[in-house]
Amino acid sequence: MKIAVCIKQVPTREWQPRLNDDKTWIREQDASYEMNEPDAYALEEALRLREQHGGEVVVCSAGPARVQQVIREALARGADRAIHVEDDRLAAADAFVTADALAAAMTDERFDLVLTGLQSDDQGQAQTGVVLAERLAMPHSTIIMDVQISDSSLKVKRELEGGWFQWIAMPLPALLTIQSGINQLRYATLKGIMAAKKKEIRKAAMPADLRPSQQIVGLAVPARAKQTRLIDGSAGEAAKELTRLLREEARAL
Amino acid sequence: MILVIAEQRDGKLNRASWEAIAAAQAFAGLSAGASATADPVKVAILGASIGAPASELAAAAVAEVLVAENAAFASYTPDGYTMGISALVDQTKPTFVLMPHTYQTRDCAPAIAARMRKALITDVTGISGAGANATFTRPMFQGKLAAQVKPLGDPPFFVTVQIGAFRADAVQKGGSAQVTPVAVPIDASAIRQKPEPPFQEAKQAVDLGQAERIVAVGRGIKSQENIAVAEKLAKAMGAELAASRPICDNGWLPMERQIGSSGQTVAPKLYVALGISGAIQHLVGMKGARTIVAINKDADAPIFEVADYGIVGDLFEVVPALIAELEKS
Repeated sequence: MKIAVCIKQVPTREWQPRLNDDKTWIREQDASYEMNEPDAYALEEALRLREQHGGEVVVCSAGPARVQQVIREALARGADRAIHVEDDRLAAADAFVTADALAAAMTDERFDLVLTGLQSDDQGQAQTGVVLAERLAMPHSTIIMDVQISDSSLKVKRELEGGWFQWIAMPLPALLTIQSGINQLRYATLKGIMAAKKKEIRKAAMPADLRPSQQIVGLAVPARAKQTRLIDGSAGEAAKELTRLLREEARAL
Repeated sequence: MILVIAEQRDGKLNRASWEAIAAAQAFAGLSAGASATADPVKVAILGASIGAPASELAAAAVAEVLVAENAAFASYTPDGYTMGISALVDQTKPTFVLMPHTYQTRDCAPAIAARMRKALITDVTGISGAGANATFTRPMFQGKLAAQVKPLGDPPFFVTVQIGAFRADAVQKGGSAQVTPVAVPIDASAIRQKPEPPFQEAKQAVDLGQAERIVAVGRGIKSQENIAVAEKLAKAMGAELAASRPICDNGWLPMERQIGSSGQTVAPKLYVALGISGAIQHLVGMKGARTIVAINKDADAPIFEVADYGIVGDLFEVVPALIAELEKS
């Protein structure tokens, strides 16, 4: 089994948004970054499949030089090697550009299985994986909670809304987008971190002719749907006031 | 023309389809303001035997309901629906295609857009500007920011509408739209996915939908041991205990207590969110609650956008104080 895992580097969950001067993207220099959480689950699933079926796990990421951080982390957790499509323009790229950039670098590898997270914690378009499947001419399924492989056939458990699921069979090669919580994540060991330093990261250039499908013309802190009444004071004072409001104003207690 | 793709399972339409129709009608109304005539809205539906949902859709004030019946559409598959919707769009030549941002749409819409090489703007919460000037609002960075996005290239442009962003009961009803069967021949042998019937993991032992009050915990609870303090608050309030997805993923609470798009949708009298940041996947499951309280140390957390009352602070200080206050009387 030759398994690719596509990972993205995104601002951390604790990051406080700051905008660039023309308010069309974030101030990248202020952000701290981490591996996109659903992609971490995709990586873990790939490592487990390799443990069951043998083969290799190749981490693929499209982004500026800074994404090396998450590539190294993935290698430290156990991926065998990596492909990095490096270009500064990929930092704020849409799903079409990202998928086309990845596809160009991945096609010749002839992967049996491609995994990625179901969406990114930054732009959250939930498109890149499926668009990549189209570009690689692979069947796909999304929001996957279980992956079973026997011989050259694949069976996956897809999550539907409201606690429903569905099993779907399809041939390999295939692309799956993985839902958070499919497995328990492992963390890098010291040995893994040392080993990662010797692993290969192949650099690939972004194809020149990629066209974005959409443009961000403005970015802002969202307008509040409700007027939230913020309750100040010490914990004790706030608790007292909240209890009073819930009883007397909202009549919810 | 604005084409809405409605969604049915076993002949039943979902509410999200009506929300997408409401969004299309509001969008068409914007063009009516800008020029003399509004863009017509049409609704298409795919399936194997869908006369009933098609005539239900015809009650909406739309120009036409297009019915694409094909045995290959009996069960949803991404390949089948990608071929079917692409063919429908090719035949009908809309300027915009609106779809509800459901798990099914998330599975096939990017494939349709990729195959047709047309823009797809997902998870849209608002539309401004008519026709070619349209700008779409969508969340980014976990809802911390809202982006204004324009499609590039040539139409048709695909748009998916966030669940709950438009109101299903705002759909204008107009009597009886024409229902037109359309032949969408597809090569069924090209469908690579073979689906089995949907199932539920286990009978839901806890029906959070019936709870009058809910205390829900998120990542801010930090560890499984700390769930106890939330449990104590729930008891003091006469509330059920629930959680956001990461808590259930970690196994700290059972999956059946999960609120959100992949769990239960609730609308209790009181919803207390402890250490929940308010990712949209969670908000769609609880924003119908009558009174929402958010306790979170991050003043910028999106949960405060839907909260009626908020305390910015350490939940490990506020919650014990709240329990003490409630137990006083």
